[in-house]
Amino acid sequence: MTVRELRLKSIFLRKQLLKYIYHAKAGHTGGSLSCTDILNVLYNKVLNVDPKNFKDPDRDRYIQSKGHSVEALYVTLADKGFFPEDDLETLCAYGSNYIGHPTKKVNGMEQNTGALGHGLPICVGEAIAAKLDEKNHRIFTLLGDGELPEGSNWEAFLAAAHYNLDNLYAILDYNKQQITGNNEDVMRIDSVKEKLQAFGWEVREVDGHNIEELIEALNNGPFKVGKPNFIIAHTIKGKGVSYMEGNLKWHHGVPSDEQYEMALNELNESQSLI
Amino acid sequence: MELDKIEEKELRMGVPNQVVFSNTLQELAVTDRDILVTTSDSRGSGKLVPFAEKFPDQVVEVGIAEQNLVGVAAGLASAGKKAFAVSPACFLSARALEQIKNDVCYSDNPVKLVAISAGVSYGALGTTHHSLHDFAALRAINNITIVAPADNYETEQAVRSAVNFNQPLYLRFGKKAMPFLNEQNESFEFGKGRIIRRGDDVTIIATGEAVYPAWSAAKVLETERGVQATVVSMHTIKPLDVGLIADMASNGRPIVTVEEHMVNGGLGEACASYLMQNGFHNAFKIIGIPDEYTVTGSQVNIFDHYGISAEGLKETVLNILS
Repeated sequence: MTVRELRLKSIFLRKQLLKYIYHAKAGHTGGSLSCTDILNVLYNKVLNVDPKNFKDPDRDRYIQSKGHSVEALYVTLADKGFFPEDDLETLCAYGSNYIGHPTKKVNGMEQNTGALGHGLPICVGEAIAAKLDEKNHRIFTLLGDGELPEGSNWEAFLAAAHYNLDNLYAILDYNKQQITGNNEDVMRIDSVKEKLQAFGWEVREVDGHNIEELIEALNNGPFKVGKPNFIIAHTIKGKGVSYMEGNLKWHHGVPSDEQYEMALNELNESQSLI
Repeated sequence: MELDKIEEKELRMGVPNQVVFSNTLQELAVTDRDILVTTSDSRGSGKLVPFAEKFPDQVVEVGIAEQNLVGVAAGLASAGKKAFAVSPACFLSARALEQIKNDVCYSDNPVKLVAISAGVSYGALGTTHHSLHDFAALRAINNITIVAPADNYETEQAVRSAVNFNQPLYLRFGKKAMPFLNEQNESFEFGKGRIIRRGDDVTIIATGEAVYPAWSAAKVLETERGVQATVVSMHTIKPLDVGLIADMASNGRPIVTVEEHMVNGGLGEACASYLMQNGFHNAFKIIGIPDEYTVTGSQVNIFDHYGISAEGLKETVLNILS
């Protein structure tokens, strides 16, 4: 898939996730839009995963620690053929497998996540197992900046460096906002790069909406042999829909009919410019 | 089984159950390289130093970080490893409870959670080091089997069963040397209680290290009062062997439960719930640690203080019979 095709795919995925959030009247809109480009690049350019043989033991693992942005993952997996897109019409409906956080009932999901600070420790276990078995697959997780204060992340940062897990990639969806407000006001996590370096990780910083930069960072690891990989992806919450961008209301806001139409119009216009 | 088929002998003294855990795992690890032990600076308490010396590549040390211990073990189990996450019960079942609930049970990663020095094994160290909540907390979580072996036999069997058990499991061990309570060559199975002594007057259902005082009380009751007690080692708290409980209750005799756990939410309340909802109205008493600031001292001191002893349980049984 070319960079242009990936850019178009990102627009498509944004429209898809808005459609299903609008339909379900539920979802984490802002965070899903902020990680759409990351997931797009992961699934279309980086991860070795096969929807028809998802349980292949040699597959790359992707465990989404910021589970609440599941809508972005759903539409990405549906687009890859992990399940029929129509299934998403049941998003958050009574008895549906397509709930507000990842579950293994859905083909393509590695773990049940949603409670924050859980994805990385599981990835550390997966990465240690891969090393023990001398396997070459890689382990990826996506962290939200709002979950970084969870202490379990820092326990896992230590362990990943201790075990020299250069097969582990933690991507930070750094949109700098969380449900209550800006990270800066809720709990400062500044100097992330320096903190992670001090914890023994090799760090890269990218524009999390720049397809080329994401491909370059995610496909060229390990950054340093023997060190776990940390990618700070600078993102914008609500990316792609101007009235949502940086507006906290859209953390889990659901668009009205009029707002939904405005969003689609804007995304269609963006699409026409690619 | 017939009530008179169990011969009572003098008890042979064993070693701490957690030593048996370590020894059994060492034996199994020789041929099974997928067995991994994850520890949180707890290999000494877990008697795992010899294991770590023999199988250094089969130990994943995470330092004092119990949440990470369980999360990492979940990842290892997800990758096909037979992951034993070993940590003192007090920390494992409280500090890492959310990891147990989500990463192990909800995600159905078959981690073997090994809770060492459980109950009041660390008696004199105080409440921070007691685990009197773990049965209650874990009983309220879906998809976990909870096992507290009474003696070395049950421990060895539990560890052997655990290795290829493909579901989340919580194994709870104490640190005190335990006598062999019943060395008859009978089968051991998760979810099936074991009758270790039979008598017609009263049933004592106990678990873990509280089974020995229950057995001792039965001996004293017989010797001093001619009272015949059946003693059950209900090593599996969940799923509970309700068939055996029904058998015990069906003749109407009183039932006393005994556990090294708070009286809230443990073995006793699990039994009571079953009995009340199934039409049994036996006289019934739960013996455990009451809902108060727990007294400190050795495990024996604390057991004596709360009546988890031959004398204490004798009095409880005599009261309920009267």
